[in-house]
Amino acid sequence: MTEASAPAVYVRGLRKRYGEIEAVKGIDLDVAPGEVFGFLGPNGAGKSTTIKILCTLARPDAGEAKVAGYDVATQRDDVRRHIGLVFQDTTVDDYLTGEMNLRFHAELYGIPRAQVAPRMQQVMEMVGLWDRRASLVQTYSGGMKRRLEIARGLLHSPRVLFLDEPTVGLDPQTRASIWKYITELRARERITIFMTTHYMDEAEFCDRIAIIDGGTLVAQDTPAALKAKVGKDRVAITTADDTAALARLRERFAVEPALREGHIMFAVANGEQFVPRLFAELGVPIRSVSVARPSLDDVFLAHTGATIRDKEAAAEDPMARIKRAMRR
Amino acid sequence: MEAIAVTVPPRSIANDLRAVRIVWRRDMIRFWHDKPRIIASALQPMLYLFIFGTGMGAGMRPTGGIDLRVFLYPGVMAMATLFTCFFSAGSLVWDREFGFMREMLVAPVRRSAIVVGKAFGGATTGMFQGITVLAVGGLVGVPYSPVVILILLGELAILSFAITSIGVLVAVKIKSFQAFMALVQIIIMPMFFLSGALFPLHGLPTWLHVMTLLDPLTYAVDPMRRVVLHHVGTDTTGWGVTWSSWAVPTAVELGIVLVTGILALVLAARAFGKTE
Repeated sequence: MTEASAPAVYVRGLRKRYGEIEAVKGIDLDVAPGEVFGFLGPNGAGKSTTIKILCTLARPDAGEAKVAGYDVATQRDDVRRHIGLVFQDTTVDDYLTGEMNLRFHAELYGIPRAQVAPRMQQVMEMVGLWDRRASLVQTYSGGMKRRLEIARGLLHSPRVLFLDEPTVGLDPQTRASIWKYITELRARERITIFMTTHYMDEAEFCDRIAIIDGGTLVAQDTPAALKAKVGKDRVAITTADDTAALARLRERFAVEPALREGHIMFAVANGEQFVPRLFAELGVPIRSVSVARPSLDDVFLAHTGATIRDKEAAAEDPMARIKRAMRR
Repeated sequence: MEAIAVTVPPRSIANDLRAVRIVWRRDMIRFWHDKPRIIASALQPMLYLFIFGTGMGAGMRPTGGIDLRVFLYPGVMAMATLFTCFFSAGSLVWDREFGFMREMLVAPVRRSAIVVGKAFGGATTGMFQGITVLAVGGLVGVPYSPVVILILLGELAILSFAITSIGVLVAVKIKSFQAFMALVQIIIMPMFFLSGALFPLHGLPTWLHVMTLLDPLTYAVDPMRRVVLHHVGTDTTGWGVTWSSWAVPTAVELGIVLVTGILALVLAARAFGKTE
């Protein structure tokens, strides 16, 4: 297999155990060069462990993983030369200037001296920080720091860029700007992006996504294909008599309705065609109807039996949250 | 705009040296910008020299008729270096807590390069600290002499390197800054008290004498004091560190300090290499 045609990320039967807990229970992944690949899952699902293994920060117990064509267990330095990383927690030095943070990175990676200055300018301009290069990072906002991390992760022209929750904890406007950079990046650099997120709306930007739950991969495909597989549209109605409507829906239409915040919700195939029949046969006055195509939330729900937010709420360790907040 | 594609070359000695240099430089920049730290670290040894030294010296002359401040001078220099170097090494724990460590851990460089860079960074800071003490020599009755200053600088360099290496070894193993600080207190104080920085090491009870010989700092304080006392014209015969009755020569003493440092650094690099 030549380097150019090698998958950007190739994983077979990957396993990792921490003491009693089996964090990753044998997963397979394929990411093609140039793809934006989304890796979704609640906290504690094995997402971070997988990323750590792919970035050579942890060793797998079993299975094989290659990044940019290099084995993460036996060719660690080659993997490191070809990947860029943007972590969830900031890893920039607050007491250095933005420029010095990048220079540190350039030296550490052994980037040829003549290339350092022009490349540094290019990545800093790309994230809109060139004018602030001489300021100490402690004067940067959270969004600016994240942008600096992205610039730094790109400095050595990696073939695969890992973004671990690149937009977590940022306000919607900053999130949007981060996405703008990622989209631009795709257009400009020949790069594969492997990202984790738990914002389902952001996962829509990915070419393909994989969902991990409880250490196993439960789905891997394009967002459109995954949504098509869920197959059902979501219908929400309000009626004059919810009790009667609920009973009638169960008997006559054989759907599983649920009452949430005054709306009766249920899933059916071909929602638009279902609505006329509903009006004709429900026998309870209908006040409003809405039909929604399945979202990635529904995909997630279909594969894991809960929404990502429910999973998060159940799994979130309060200390981890405090620690994260303090680092920011 | 077309992207400038840079290439990361395979790992080489030259690149490892670049890594050592930048890790060292980062420590220097951070130290230089931290003015309160510079001022505080310059003041502390002065307190020992001028207040403790003058106050104690007024009441007694236990050191063969020489001014207590002259006697304390090399000890205070060693002490200042000891404190500074340990805290410099602590930046490794700090980096771990604040995430910057990851930036270094995923880089395609030998991990020992990072450890060596840190050791040199701490050693340079320690040297700076020693120089602040050297600078006030004239005020406590140690006249300035280029030769004496050069010898002391050389000895300070070895000491700073060794102490930082020990500090790095501790820092590599410890995950939280609080734990590091607690552990450092436990290590620093006995090292300081047993080194002969505050009192002469001859005529001690056997148990204490043996303990002083186990302290690597002893072998740095002794040659530094020998230089200073010799310089002010004190006869130092019978003063130095002895193993049973053998007076340990300066070269051996400094060798012990250096080897201790190298050993600690090798162990630190090894432990750091295993960090996930």
